[in-house]
Amino acid sequence: MATNEKAMEKPAAAGEEVRSPMRDAWWEFKRNRASVVGMIFIIFVVFSALFAPMITPYDFEVQNVDFSRSKPMTPYVVTQEHAEEHCTWYGTFMEWGCTVYLTGSDQLGRDLYSRMIYGTRVSLSVALVAATVALGIGMVLGTISGYFGGWVDNFFMRLVDFLYAIPILPIIILMQVYFQALARRGVSEGIAGSLIELNQSTGGLMFLFIALGVLNWIGMARLARGQVLSYKNKEFIEAAKAVGATNSRIIFKHLMPNIFGPLLIAESLAIPGYIFTEAILSFIGLGVIPPIPSWGSMISQGYQGLRSSPHLVLVPGAALTALTLAFNFFGDGLRDAFDPKMRGRS
Amino acid sequence: MTKYFIKRFLIAIPVMFAISVATFLMVQALPGGPFDSVGEKPMPERTRLLLEKRYGLDQPIHIQFFNYIGNLLKGDLGLMMRNPSQTVNEIVANTFPVSIQLGLLSMALGFMIGIPAGIIAALRHNSVFDATATFIAVLGVSIPNLVLGPLLMLVFGVQLDWFPIAFWGADPPDFWLGYFPPLGSMEFWTHAVLPVFTLGTGISAGISRLTRAGLLEVLNEDYIRTARAKGLKERVVVSVHALKNSMIPVATVLGPLFAGVVTGSLIVEQIFAINGMGRRFIQSIGEREYFLLTSLTLIYSVLLIIGNIMVDVMYAWLDPRIRYD
Repeated sequence: MATNEKAMEKPAAAGEEVRSPMRDAWWEFKRNRASVVGMIFIIFVVFSALFAPMITPYDFEVQNVDFSRSKPMTPYVVTQEHAEEHCTWYGTFMEWGCTVYLTGSDQLGRDLYSRMIYGTRVSLSVALVAATVALGIGMVLGTISGYFGGWVDNFFMRLVDFLYAIPILPIIILMQVYFQALARRGVSEGIAGSLIELNQSTGGLMFLFIALGVLNWIGMARLARGQVLSYKNKEFIEAAKAVGATNSRIIFKHLMPNIFGPLLIAESLAIPGYIFTEAILSFIGLGVIPPIPSWGSMISQGYQGLRSSPHLVLVPGAALTALTLAFNFFGDGLRDAFDPKMRGRS
Repeated sequence: MTKYFIKRFLIAIPVMFAISVATFLMVQALPGGPFDSVGEKPMPERTRLLLEKRYGLDQPIHIQFFNYIGNLLKGDLGLMMRNPSQTVNEIVANTFPVSIQLGLLSMALGFMIGIPAGIIAALRHNSVFDATATFIAVLGVSIPNLVLGPLLMLVFGVQLDWFPIAFWGADPPDFWLGYFPPLGSMEFWTHAVLPVFTLGTGISAGISRLTRAGLLEVLNEDYIRTARAKGLKERVVVSVHALKNSMIPVATVLGPLFAGVVTGSLIVEQIFAINGMGRRFIQSIGEREYFLLTSLTLIYSVLLIIGNIMVDVMYAWLDPRIRYD
């Protein structure tokens, strides 16, 4: 780090403006206002997920059946006990929030605003974990396959061919059914048992991570392989080989830093897809385990009463759209910023 | 060239076999079976065994698999277990055309909106129109079917009451040549509007982005400058010289897009209660209809494989510089 800073300072002292690729990219990124707004929104959502208990008046599972399906911004009267027992804002200056449903309440009288905020946790963790898993597996397999070539490459590419012909959504659905049936059966020994326990304690997220991560690395592996193929005959790799660097050193020190950027950008563009898939699975009842709020399951419940209380669909729907929109703008901005060929284009 | 595609098809055969093994095992591995219950009560042990024997479920799994594959090669997808009056073939014949129609109409809508929007955005690069079209495209890509479906339903189905909100294809389908929609039927179109828009919006947004990027790329090429330099009208330059090459990226997504639309329509079918393949798939998971689940997954993967091969065909056809050997 220190040497880096020195290297940055030196030419600046000579009176020239420093234009490192990173700074160029950041400048380009800042120029795109939509991407900046997207980034700020994502940061905002991350913070609301982290501090969800503080910024919501109720826990996501507190029911108040006398006030089910109430319209947004309707004040309601809670009994003293209900407020004292459940409202986290009770006794603070935010106490008025305990008696107003900001965005209404759902069919069980649960505060919709609180559930929407807690829903960010599911979407964000799915996005983060699925993207990391896909990036990790894809990068490692793609790099190995591209670098070593020969039968290794052949084997991986046949595997990728096979996986490309798999209809991902139906297979993910079947996997989720399988996992959930196992969980219902209650296996308690071995790896399966501890996995199921972990899944129960994370509200069904564990299985979602597995189902989403296990198939979505294919595109990433192809991309990584292509990148490695284009770099592996470059002079700097040859030089590293000439001074006797080991294969693992070349892969980790020389190749990976070069290919990581493009892969990260491609992966950031894939994130909305993971959020969609989670919402779809929760919508058909194969996602998170019920009291845990997911936007998909909230839409599926609200959609049954669409005519009389549309806000039950509109509130989680707006949240879902806003988050995917933010990720799309952010990913587009990243790609434009780091890919000079795309600069000023789409 | 022809050799290359023959090779691609030959490679697809072992892939298909591997997928059918994987799907068959996966479906059979689901805990529970089709005859576990009758109504609310558990099925008596003896009856269950008899029924399983009737459908060959008492055989070892590899025999079952080869029986299934043998029937499959004869064009018999198997029997329905919970509803013995129907075969899987009948179910596919009823639901597949509905899904295909939904997919084709949505793609048609996607192209009708996406390509003109992309072209105008590229030609008026950096104008207000370009910015607006780009923004709407990102919005269209971002809004999930899951949200757009209920939203359209709410506005046009419930509030305005213009279109019916469910049960497209509820009647036994009456299609022209089996797949094409009965063009004259008003009822068909009113049912189709909302689901097709739900599925088509995302497609048109994606296509307009591709068209725009492709056209911008091509407009910078040397041969476009040449065409302008020799005094051709701008309209001719764009429509004759630029457009064909800029369509390459669009054409190449056709195959995977089609496969994606047909599998992806599952959620739209669910929202609008359309009697298509995806909805049937979800419904029969709970009933453990082994043959139906395996067969539908196989149909999906055949579509995907054909889609992937179509990409290469399209590439070679549109860009003669590309050679496959």
